[in-house]
Amino acid sequence: MPRCALLMTILIIVATLVATRAYADAQTVQIGWLSQAVKRTLPLSYLDQPPEDEGVQGARLGIADNNTTGHFTGQSFELVERVTPEDGDIATAFRDLAAKGTRLVVTDLAAPDLLAVAGLSEAATATIFNTGASDDRLRGEDCRANILHLLPSWAMLADALIQYLVTKRWPALLLVVGHGEGDREFAGDIRHAAQKFQAHIVKEKPWTFVPGARRTDTGHFAIQAEVARFTQGISYDVLVVADEEDEFGDDLSYRTFDPRPVAGTQSLVPSAWARPHEQWGATQLQDRFLHQAKRWMTDRDYAAWMAVRAIGEAATRSKSTDPAAISAFLRSDRFELAAYKGARLSFRSWDGQLRQPILLADARSLVSVSPQPGFLHQFSELDTLGIDKPETKCRMG
Amino acid sequence: MSNGVTAAWRGVAALACLYFATPIAAADTIYVSNEKDNTITVVDGASLMPVKTIPVGQRPRGILLSKDEKSLYICASDSDHIEVLDLADDKVVRTLPSGADPEYFALDPTGKLLYVANEDDNLVTIVDIDRGAVVTEIPVGVEPEGMGISPDGKYLVNTSETTNMAHVIDTAKREVVANILVDSRPRRAVWTADGAQFWVSAEIGGTVSVVDADKREIVKRIAFAVPGVPTEAIQPVGIAITRDRKLAFVALGPANRVAVVDAQSYEVLRYLLVGQRVWSLAFNPDQSRLYTTNGVSNDISVIDVGSLKVIKSVPVGQSPWGVVSHP
Repeated sequence: MPRCALLMTILIIVATLVATRAYADAQTVQIGWLSQAVKRTLPLSYLDQPPEDEGVQGARLGIADNNTTGHFTGQSFELVERVTPEDGDIATAFRDLAAKGTRLVVTDLAAPDLLAVAGLSEAATATIFNTGASDDRLRGEDCRANILHLLPSWAMLADALIQYLVTKRWPALLLVVGHGEGDREFAGDIRHAAQKFQAHIVKEKPWTFVPGARRTDTGHFAIQAEVARFTQGISYDVLVVADEEDEFGDDLSYRTFDPRPVAGTQSLVPSAWARPHEQWGATQLQDRFLHQAKRWMTDRDYAAWMAVRAIGEAATRSKSTDPAAISAFLRSDRFELAAYKGARLSFRSWDGQLRQPILLADARSLVSVSPQPGFLHQFSELDTLGIDKPETKCRMG
Repeated sequence: MSNGVTAAWRGVAALACLYFATPIAAADTIYVSNEKDNTITVVDGASLMPVKTIPVGQRPRGILLSKDEKSLYICASDSDHIEVLDLADDKVVRTLPSGADPEYFALDPTGKLLYVANEDDNLVTIVDIDRGAVVTEIPVGVEPEGMGISPDGKYLVNTSETTNMAHVIDTAKREVVANILVDSRPRRAVWTADGAQFWVSAEIGGTVSVVDADKREIVKRIAFAVPGVPTEAIQPVGIAITRDRKLAFVALGPANRVAVVDAQSYEVLRYLLVGQRVWSLAFNPDQSRLYTTNGVSNDISVIDVGSLKVIKSVPVGQSPWGVVSHP
């Protein structure tokens, strides 16, 4: 045993020496990770509890992928993680990163916190990668020149869904809206998308029923009766639900008065990433992530992975580890990112949003990928999703 | 009685037709791996009809003929091994270790070693076929995929899909000696028969890079534009270059076209409409025909190389991936 221990020690020393040597002359890109531990409401379904390391696991995988490439190009990538507690000071955490020279910061923050951080004087020369907030205003009236958005906006998700429903010739929608701010925003985007792609909202109804003791025996009777009553006497093709916090949306399918499918924030869901996705080599990314995180990749993990990979790609192509050069390259028309969705992704010049296909999936299968064939655009069909250049409210100044 | 006579005459007539219709070159046999069916479809090159379906391991993708042309090597990706199909009785007779998730491979010109891309492990595994053993592993970029060995066997080019590089591996030293940055998601690396160049397709980048093998520099990036097809749908994967390096064919994935390229001037001459999501390409032995696997329409297209026309599509299994022509 002592001999074994000695051997291990020697091995570790040798490994450390080798590692140090390999990176001694490598140029390092420091990438910051900034998020806040937020107590999230538990979802309706007992099956999918929100992971505590959501997002950062994607960033870590991106670093590993970048470093495999960096091994051949003499570049290395390092993630500096800062997770502030729920009542912690995010500005201080950002300043701390900036003081270490970190100019590229991936964030998983709510919109108000993100805007506060982006407005700090230390952030003036930084580029912030938003992987946590889908709010449209961050790409519109509240856009900032130093933020790039990896997650699709609510508007992109709504457009992706409505394009599909129109393609299926299911244009008559019953829109059911929860009480949250995000729910109202998504409902607004659904109305806008319906107008844009010629679907129509037959009726819009707020969901107010609180089922109370869902886990009590026979709790399902009350929900069943309520959903049937709620949807009775309306003639529509698809029930579209806006329930961002997962409070009731999963309780709608199979319980409507007429047999109608459910789509939106539950059932058939438009999203950046989905568990059943395995096309365009996605299986490899799913496998790598499962292996590392011991759980499935969520769309926030995916957004964080894309942020770090985008930085890596820009560093490789521009042959530079200078954050300013990387940021400039990311915004140039030479930048393209392959991200397992069968298209080259790039940032929109008018609002910093990453243009990307949107997956439409339920829990077990990928149903479709938008943009749907036939929705044409003069520049890129991906720009049929979300706010296009002529209609943007973003003025970066 | 009269029925029997008629039948006999019909038989003679059919034989005569067959005789006159058969080209002078001996007909080949085409093997197609079906990724979703876990089968190999055998197509008769003379009649261009499927004649047999052979069950193999999970998710068969890359396929190759052995040097003696008596066996077919099959990457059974989800079974994590390589299978050896005996072509005399169409049965899997052996398996070879391959490392995890073998997708695609190359056979060294002596026929003794296989170079295998392990997509999940960022490795190229070298397998000794006779011994049935892994010789060594070489670390490469993220998601290694394409494997092309130089005609003299001295260099292996491996592409890595997420690192966006073509890695040149010295097969004697068994180490990476050069890295060439190409466009996004590189798939195949195919050498010209004279060993002067290798061509690398980039699926998301939408281009083919022509690399000078001595200088290890890109001499040309070939781009494609098909009228009426969105640029995002142009996703080059399979490449086939004629032995005289006059023509090159590039499979453009969901654009459902094969591009015909003048391999001297690099000019795209025309686009041939084939099946959906065209993937791998293979010539028949005398290079008068080119076969394409079409992953979504579940068929192969047959291109007449002389006239540059698509002459037939043949139904095979689900999600056809690799194709090989056996003399």
